[in-house]
Amino acid sequence: MTRITVMVDGVSYVDDVEPRTLLVHYLRDKLGKTGTVVGCDTSNCGACTVHLDGRSVKSCSVFAVQVDGSEITTIEGLARDGQLHPMQQAFHDNHALQCGYCTPGMIMQAIDLLGDNPDPDEQTVREGLEGNLCRCTGYQNIVRAVLDAAEKMKPAVRAQQQPSTVVGGGI
Amino acid sequence: MTATTQPTERELGRARRRKEDARLITGRTRWTDNISLPGMLYMAVVRSPLAHAKITGINTDAAKALPGVLGVFTAADLGAEGISLPCAWQITPDMKSPKAPPLAVDTVHFAGEGVAVVVTRDAASAEDAVEAVQVEYDPLEPVLDMEAALADGATLVHPDLGTNRNALWVFDSAEAGSGGDVEQAIRDAEIVVKRRFRQQRLIPAFMEPRSVVVDPTGEQLTMWSATQVPHILKTMASLTLGMPEHKVRVIAPDVGGGFGGKLQVTPEEALALLVARRMGKPVKWTETRSESLLAAHHGRDQIQDITIAARRDGTVTGLKVELIADMGAYLRLVTPGIPILGAFMFNSIYKFPAYRFASTNVFTTKTPTDAYRGAGRPEATFAIERIMDELAAELGRDPMELREQNWIKHEEFPFTTVAGLTYDSGNYEAATAKARELFDYDGLRAEQRRRREADDPVQLGIGISTYTEMCGLAPSRVLGALSYGAGGWEHASIRMLASGKVEVVTGVSPHGQGHETAWSQIIADRLGVPFEDVEVLHGDTQISSKGLDTYGSRSLAVGGVAAVKAADKVIEKARKVAAHMLECSEADLDFIQGKFTIKGTNRGVTIQEVTLAAFTSHNFPEGMEPSLDSDYTFDPENFSFPHGTHLCAAEVDTETGWVTIQQYVCVDDVGTVVNPLIVEGQVQGGLAQGIAQALFEEAIYDEGGNLVTGTLADYLVPSAADLPHFTTDRTETPATTNPLGVKGVGEAGTIASTPAVVNAVLDAVRHLGVTNIDMPCAPQRVWRAVQAARGAAKSTSEHTTETAAGGGLGSIDAQGGTQ
Repeated sequence: MTRITVMVDGVSYVDDVEPRTLLVHYLRDKLGKTGTVVGCDTSNCGACTVHLDGRSVKSCSVFAVQVDGSEITTIEGLARDGQLHPMQQAFHDNHALQCGYCTPGMIMQAIDLLGDNPDPDEQTVREGLEGNLCRCTGYQNIVRAVLDAAEKMKPAVRAQQQPSTVVGGGI
Repeated sequence: MTATTQPTERELGRARRRKEDARLITGRTRWTDNISLPGMLYMAVVRSPLAHAKITGINTDAAKALPGVLGVFTAADLGAEGISLPCAWQITPDMKSPKAPPLAVDTVHFAGEGVAVVVTRDAASAEDAVEAVQVEYDPLEPVLDMEAALADGATLVHPDLGTNRNALWVFDSAEAGSGGDVEQAIRDAEIVVKRRFRQQRLIPAFMEPRSVVVDPTGEQLTMWSATQVPHILKTMASLTLGMPEHKVRVIAPDVGGGFGGKLQVTPEEALALLVARRMGKPVKWTETRSESLLAAHHGRDQIQDITIAARRDGTVTGLKVELIADMGAYLRLVTPGIPILGAFMFNSIYKFPAYRFASTNVFTTKTPTDAYRGAGRPEATFAIERIMDELAAELGRDPMELREQNWIKHEEFPFTTVAGLTYDSGNYEAATAKARELFDYDGLRAEQRRRREADDPVQLGIGISTYTEMCGLAPSRVLGALSYGAGGWEHASIRMLASGKVEVVTGVSPHGQGHETAWSQIIADRLGVPFEDVEVLHGDTQISSKGLDTYGSRSLAVGGVAAVKAADKVIEKARKVAAHMLECSEADLDFIQGKFTIKGTNRGVTIQEVTLAAFTSHNFPEGMEPSLDSDYTFDPENFSFPHGTHLCAAEVDTETGWVTIQQYVCVDDVGTVVNPLIVEGQVQGGLAQGIAQALFEEAIYDEGGNLVTGTLADYLVPSAADLPHFTTDRTETPATTNPLGVKGVGEAGTIASTPAVVNAVLDAVRHLGVTNIDMPCAPQRVWRAVQAARGAAKSTSEHTTETAAGGGLGSIDAQGGTQ
């Protein structure tokens, strides 16, 4: 067992973990962060994507012991002050999800993508999401959502826009 | 009581954003694998690494000695030797059915079959324990090739059956009286085209791996499962495992996709139940992705010999379909019936006077097959749309023009086909006209001519698919005639709550389709209540006591209609109460937008006021029931028949074999649309899966019978970067066989798109002499086909070119897919 200190979704945790425990299992089994899911065992599907110190990682390819001293954001910590993140809102507005299993990872990756390129074209979005698989949507509405979010996250637009849906509200 | 304003805007047809999303985009989800119960144990399955072998010994000592291991069980240990997993479809009286125990008893019949289970305190220990179980095998010859399996002297998968032939199922229009004799039609034909097509083996690859939790500690045993079919699972678990049906509760919580892959009663569900009962503690099993690809049921896998007869002027005169369909090693829930679901669809939208269909179902030592999106109908649509292109090529005709010549004209509906189905409605001309306009058919043909004349290395092809499908499974009398083990009805009930809110309970079981939103819209409209006031409940047999679940594009056309009919019963009950409240006769009342009004006056009561009156029932006359709650079980009178025209423009790089979809246009007619946003999403997702069959996906076995596409690195579920933008549009010809006019949309995209893409690929290289490329049309296959055709053109005048097999996108393995 190794002791780690980690900030997850704004809360600090100190835990003893086995060296072989994957970050995704630590999040799900130890912290109850079941919003982050496991979709494969070869790091192909991206369903478990979270942010590690502000960058997206597949949490199945990181050991829990590696995140000692780090800050993790999961899908559950994305909304701020009761407001959905613009990417969450865009996924809802553009019907970018059906079963929703890939959605947490897809949203986390999409936010990271806009961090690299705040104004991407369609092809850039498609390539930026290549490591995240969805079986329901055919990706068209996911791409549309990411482009929509990119537009709404531009500083000039953000200043004017209406507040997004309240978390947990009947949207 | 909450004050409520009656809505004035019509809900049907409105692009409502989904209710379901709120939880899914914030991670407040309830997947089966999220469930954790006090004292819960973990189960994992020891699987066979061999396709066919005698089990000569299982040593569990080392596994049992590991920390955290509470038990290791074989079939014998669990008393499971006599259990056989259910197959609900005895397609012929003499169909051969092997015993299908949840764990192999003395012989394994496919690589990935369970041999033993381990039970541990935590998930990680379970994986360690699986590695420590030592199983000794005496290898047997694998049975991989379907035709070889049918030959005399073939190694038998199940020697006790005496054959590898599961069944021969035949439909003949001459015998059925629905058409002529196809052999006569072929003899009399001016032109006959015969082709062999291969439906490769596919894997449903839903994103949420299967998972099951069984809690045996209550009065009712509770099973949570990532299933499409909680009701069927409950009934079958009871019939198969000897549990009294009223002692089982099944819950499908959030379920992450299914596509037919979770239309099953699985070995692991049975095992979790047996282990939980034995241990007296809750037990969880969650598969890895590799296990899912290896051991969850596969789909498709047919050899299709198609013969089409026609006159020189292009009029089709007969269609003969001879299938060999791979069942895999065992019959699962509807395995043998999958090809039969296509039997009535090969003739599609065309007016064939004679038709014969024969499916020879065969056992092999591969993973069992069963439903995968479209189930039988994609296979049918692919074959007919491919052979229509082949006929057009033989006749030197434009393939669209040939289709138009032969399809059912819109004024000919209702039309009874040569397969005996009555298509109630449709307008193929309208859908095609719209698609051609969006696609610029004539412009792209001109571009194609230009590239051919210039001998451009990147050629352009245009692929057409004008499809129909039978949806809304299914009229119970038809299922009875096909010897299916259940009916095809669906159930709904509506609870009117004291505060005027509404609970709709549906027997269908969504796993991504958006039923909560769509059903809310339907019932809000019918009862005249706000959309937000409707809650849709499903997927728990304690709440939704009756249902037949979700598959076959049935939910809306059968389950949605059941909900409408239940709502109509609520209104009739409410009318009696309203008449009492308003002291008038029922006949004097109009019910408009949620309000009963006395005709010619503005005196009235809202449905919410009536509901409250029924709740209090203080002054109800004797005999008036103090409840508006109602239910309805709806059995459809006919299938529904969505149709549409899909057009694909594909570029083929003749130097690399790379296929790029340049444009994809589809115009689907799914009848009346409840929510266009959801419909469009279903079409787009369906297209992705159909295109994936055409270009990327294949479950490949090596010569030893091992699945070599057992991870998502090898089995090529397409990513966003692999797929094009789709142009989707609709025409709306309402179904005439249900009060909503709906037809179903879940499978349309998948059914239609595969032949559109393959026809486009072939159209791009046909002038080079290529006449067939097996799916998936991966770069290596396409490149080899072009090379072979060019070589053949140089050396001989022979134009027929069959292609070597190749893996999917990015594969460099030329050996794949030969089995």
